[in-house]
Amino acid sequence: MRRLFAVWHARNLEFLRDRGAMLFTLILPLSIIVGMGFIFGGPPRPLFKVGVVGTPVTAPADPFMHERYTQFLPVQSTVAGLREVRRQRIDLLFAPGDPPRYWVNTDSPKGYVIEKLLLAADPSAQRLPVTGKAVRYIDWLFPGILAMNLMFSCLFGVGYVVLQYRQSGFLKRLHATPLTAFEFLTAQVFSRLTIIVFITMALYLGVGALIGFHNSGNLALLLLLLVLGSLSMIALGLTIAARFSSQELVNGLLNLLTWPMMLLSGVWFSLAGSPRWVRWIADALPLTQLLHAARAVMLYGAGVQQIAPNLLYLAAVTLVFLAFGAWSFKWRI
Amino acid sequence: MSTPILEVRTLVKHYPGVTAVDGVSFAVPEGMCFGLLGPNGAGKTTTIEIMEGILPPTSGEVRYRGEPLNARFREEAGILFQATALQNFLTVHQSVAMFRGLYGRGLEVEEVLRLCSLEKLAHRDNRKLSGGQRQRLLLAVALVNDPAVLFLDEPTTGLDPQARRNFWELVRSIKAQGKTILLTTHYMEEAEMLCDEIAIMDRGRLIAQGPPERLLREHFAEVLLELPRAEFPQSARQLPIELIEASDRVEITTDDLDATLRTLIEARVPLRNLRIRPANLEDLFLELTGRELRS
Repeated sequence: MRRLFAVWHARNLEFLRDRGAMLFTLILPLSIIVGMGFIFGGPPRPLFKVGVVGTPVTAPADPFMHERYTQFLPVQSTVAGLREVRRQRIDLLFAPGDPPRYWVNTDSPKGYVIEKLLLAADPSAQRLPVTGKAVRYIDWLFPGILAMNLMFSCLFGVGYVVLQYRQSGFLKRLHATPLTAFEFLTAQVFSRLTIIVFITMALYLGVGALIGFHNSGNLALLLLLLVLGSLSMIALGLTIAARFSSQELVNGLLNLLTWPMMLLSGVWFSLAGSPRWVRWIADALPLTQLLHAARAVMLYGAGVQQIAPNLLYLAAVTLVFLAFGAWSFKWRI
Repeated sequence: MSTPILEVRTLVKHYPGVTAVDGVSFAVPEGMCFGLLGPNGAGKTTTIEIMEGILPPTSGEVRYRGEPLNARFREEAGILFQATALQNFLTVHQSVAMFRGLYGRGLEVEEVLRLCSLEKLAHRDNRKLSGGQRQRLLLAVALVNDPAVLFLDEPTTGLDPQARRNFWELVRSIKAQGKTILLTTHYMEEAEMLCDEIAIMDRGRLIAQGPPERLLREHFAEVLLELPRAEFPQSARQLPIELIEASDRVEITTDDLDATLRTLIEARVPLRNLRIRPANLEDLFLELTGRELRS
């Protein structure tokens, strides 16, 4: 325990004094938030997503369904479709029939446009009210920015630091002491966890004060999610850093992990309508699980039961990655 | 006879295509400063790292107080590698304190800093130290657990002469506390200065072992004459004298200085650059291998 504390403390000092790294972890996510705010104040993207309920999308039953630049997605039920509309994962929910009915999120700029297109194609369509609270883009985006910052900080923070320790011979020196690989790795995990929890909380409060966002969920649950999400990412970083000594290789592997997570986890845009295999890969990524749960809590006030599968998944991958990291750990180059 | 504190038995270490250590055995009694000498690539560092428990041997074993290397050894060994990196952004005091935290027993951080003359540098960033200061910090890290046995792998390589002398003084004061020291070096002066016993390594094997004075006495007569090789005539190579050729000089060992000088004068060997000195460990290495130590 004393040994663990000694390494934990020294690692924290090392991080806090690396001003460049400190600034980077704070400035990057803030500039993304501000930048995205500007971008999404502008015109909507040309592609629309429309959920279709009650009829196969392959057999268009309505003139509206021949509309170009619009993707028609099958939706299981009206309830599920409405949830997607509120989340702005789809721009409009359409139920063909006589008369056809539709639901649109009045807060969505894309919803507004696609509604005009629908009414031009089929003036008989009837609009029905969307129940429940609509979601602003910033509220939808914010958990994604926090999660992405967490991912980068954990993967690169742990991956590069351990790699540098190995390259410089510092690990070899530690190996000559009574410190075990498990103690060393655990200290690294908790040091990074301490740092990322602190930074994420600072960002949460800072952005809340600066821009203002909505959180419907329980803060303690959010903290639990933050801890589990961070642990899974740190553990993943350690599996990469456990063995390799080449900077290029580690860099490549970390990029190989971060890019798909950045694109597929739904930080920037919804994956509704993408091929099944893409969604299958996306669901396996810890960032997707973290983000899904974070949005459920922050946007819809989900409780521990609703996000239990996500929490369990994150805990499970953490254990698997940590075990693999400790097993494959190498002190020397 | 009491059990030696460290014992190495027929150690072998193969790397692909190279046998770095080839059947090395020796024992180090407690309280002794034992030097492993040899040129670069002789296998000194590989041997010492196997002894430290950092490298696994291909075969053979290392025993500490009669037992295979175990947790007790890790608690009681102090280690200074040839090149050791420390964490960035930490001060001297914090670096020592971190390592102190890894051991169950040991000295107070302040005491270690005092021992290594680092009190005034305690709050300096460890990246802003000179070579000598840095080596003293690494020695402090090695001493933090008050080790019974201290491993120093080429501790003064790269230091200027003044810093080297200061470091030797430090090692002497540690030795005076009765600690066992295992030192590798390719500076023969360092070995003569610090070691009670030396083992000379070449190409993975031990080629001589014993107290430095005894080894010199065994292999050399009283004095050694040195002449520049360029000034030494070819004809004089046939003279009845004991002669070794180094890269830039010719060395003649003799126990009858007058007779040898007469022989050289009669053979018209120019003597204006003649040097007469006692033999040292460098000469011993040359004598044993026919090669120079730092070639």
